[in-house]
Amino acid sequence: MFRVAWLVAKKDLRIELRSRVLLWQVVPFGAMALLLAGLALGPAHAGNSPAGPGLFYLVMLFVALLMINRSQVIEATPGTRASVATLGLDPAGVFLGKALALSIELWVSGLVLLAGTVLVLHTALHGAILALPSVLVTLIALALAGTLYGALTAGGEGASTLLPVLCLPAFAPLLIAGERSFSAALGTAGLWEWWVIVLVAVLAYGGVGILLYGVLEES
Amino acid sequence: MMSDPLVRLYGAVAFANGFPLLSGVDLELSPRSLIVVTGANGAGKTSLLRLLGGLLALSSGEGMVCGVDLAAGDLRQLRRRVGWLGHEGSFYADLSVKENLRFCAVALARPVTEIDAVLERVGLAARADTTTKQLSAGQRRRLGLAWLLLRRAELWLLDEPYASLDDQGRTFFDDLLGEVTNAGATVVVSAHDPLRNARLELRTIHLAGGRVKED
Amino acid sequence: MIKQLSQRLLGPVTLVLLVATIWLGLWVTPPDKIQGNLVRLLYVHPAIAWVALYVSFGTATIASALFLWRRTRSWVMDRVAHCAMEVSVVFIILTLITGSIWGRPTWGVWWAWDARLTSTAILGVLALGYLALRRANDDPTLRAKRSAVFAILSAINVPIIHFSVQWWKTLHQGATVFTSSRTLLVHGSMAWTLLISFVGFTLLFFWLLRARYRLEVERETNQRAALEQALIARQREGAL
Repeated sequence: MFRVAWLVAKKDLRIELRSRVLLWQVVPFGAMALLLAGLALGPAHAGNSPAGPGLFYLVMLFVALLMINRSQVIEATPGTRASVATLGLDPAGVFLGKALALSIELWVSGLVLLAGTVLVLHTALHGAILALPSVLVTLIALALAGTLYGALTAGGEGASTLLPVLCLPAFAPLLIAGERSFSAALGTAGLWEWWVIVLVAVLAYGGVGILLYGVLEES
Repeated sequence: MMSDPLVRLYGAVAFANGFPLLSGVDLELSPRSLIVVTGANGAGKTSLLRLLGGLLALSSGEGMVCGVDLAAGDLRQLRRRVGWLGHEGSFYADLSVKENLRFCAVALARPVTEIDAVLERVGLAARADTTTKQLSAGQRRRLGLAWLLLRRAELWLLDEPYASLDDQGRTFFDDLLGEVTNAGATVVVSAHDPLRNARLELRTIHLAGGRVKED
Repeated sequence: MIKQLSQRLLGPVTLVLLVATIWLGLWVTPPDKIQGNLVRLLYVHPAIAWVALYVSFGTATIASALFLWRRTRSWVMDRVAHCAMEVSVVFIILTLITGSIWGRPTWGVWWAWDARLTSTAILGVLALGYLALRRANDDPTLRAKRSAVFAILSAINVPIIHFSVQWWKTLHQGATVFTSSRTLLVHGSMAWTLLISFVGFTLLFFWLLRARYRLEVERETNQRAALEQALIARQREGAL
């Protein structure tokens, strides 16, 4: 399982490094969304707003949706799907590998957007640094959930539009938990229960993915 | 002594989007044979190959391929034993030729040391580090062959393999087909017209309306 | 015999219980000391919410799990899961509407950022997502497997969503019928009306589920006939 996971993760990351979709498309989109969030708050409220952590996670969710879609599109052409299917890879390994690659891609986007939040929305730098561990773990939960939901929609009709409908309700608790723990790092909220939510999500999605990812494969 | 058939289909029907791609195929294929499936566009050639590879679900009828029951067996086991060459791009376009083959080799636990020899054989050694999307259609087809050579599959399923190949490529391909069947593999090739190559001993099956019309 | 009788009686008994709920709720029970006549809405709202969140979603989840489990896998389970989820959507929408009507005079707004309200709305989107997912896949086996996995994921999500929103913020009143130590808080005609309402709406769910299931079987029969026609036409195409 771990051998396959490593193989799949390396392949997905190598493709990302070559295509630079994250660098040239997704990160600029996230940066623009963050700017738009500031504009939506208005000049009086954009700087040092208590909404900063929430807006960071909201933008992060949209970025995650793009990246999840991208992670599935890699195998979207019928020929590639057929060729890869004939390799008979262990589904649990494929799930973990794709989730690992997606986590790393989300970490990269997350770090850029976190810096953007400090820069544009004037969120306190020390708070952002303190929030970093919770951000990274929340992004792992997003990656695990996203890999599962991405596989649920893969190859189906309107896969890219169906994905947000399935993902966003499941992402809601992660958005809340992420926002609260970020705010806690800024000194405005309690902390422990939000770690519980994120860790339960990591375990639940990881467990279901390892057990059931194979069921989602096309026949 | 007659060997057991590698493929057995009885009244095999496969639907997709409410359309019967295959409408009752009866077929037996012996091991170590070369079979050409011909037919007009939409006759069901690709669908038959996909069914044999465990890539299309059997809707009704019976099917046994490489000892795996198509209706109730573990299709993942079957897929590991077939080699598939489709007429669309079958690889990761952003990986190089060598990286694609390395992925295949590691996934199947084959030695990666074989890659260079295989590339040499299909005439892609000079293109080993080229990104796959930069290859011509014919070169991609050769990469497909390299992928298959690396797999050492029991059942080769080749969908329109001659498309985009030049004369040299076709000759190479004919030689290869003879070689792999002699080595023990079964090869099923789909083509619009019957192959006219005297060097190969082959069986031609003609499909029409999703069924075998002539054998 | 008993099965036939219960099937025949399901509709009439449901109707009688629902009519009794309306009669008791509107004319027999007294107004509440604090809420006045607004309390009458609470004879239907908790029962509808109970069916939406527990009975129908629970039925869909259990049927989905039984479909995924190889030993109990059957198309009956897939159909039950699908039909229960459709009925669930109706009950979730009714829960939100009745809750909103109650919330307007109580909280002063149609929508409040309350834990139960928010998590019910999210659950509604999950149920709609389940139905959208079914429409996106044509292969019956793949559709059944994927939607079953989604139903299970949604069920796992329900407590996560609930606790996250509850910890985030809550306005909704606490336990109404029982205290946490299981002491009954509602008495007399009010308690009876609530009980009848819960039983009535639960039976309504099973009545709707049965009707929808029959419709689904009929739809599948028609679809099979259409597929057979398509198969014959395709075979003729080959014979030409």
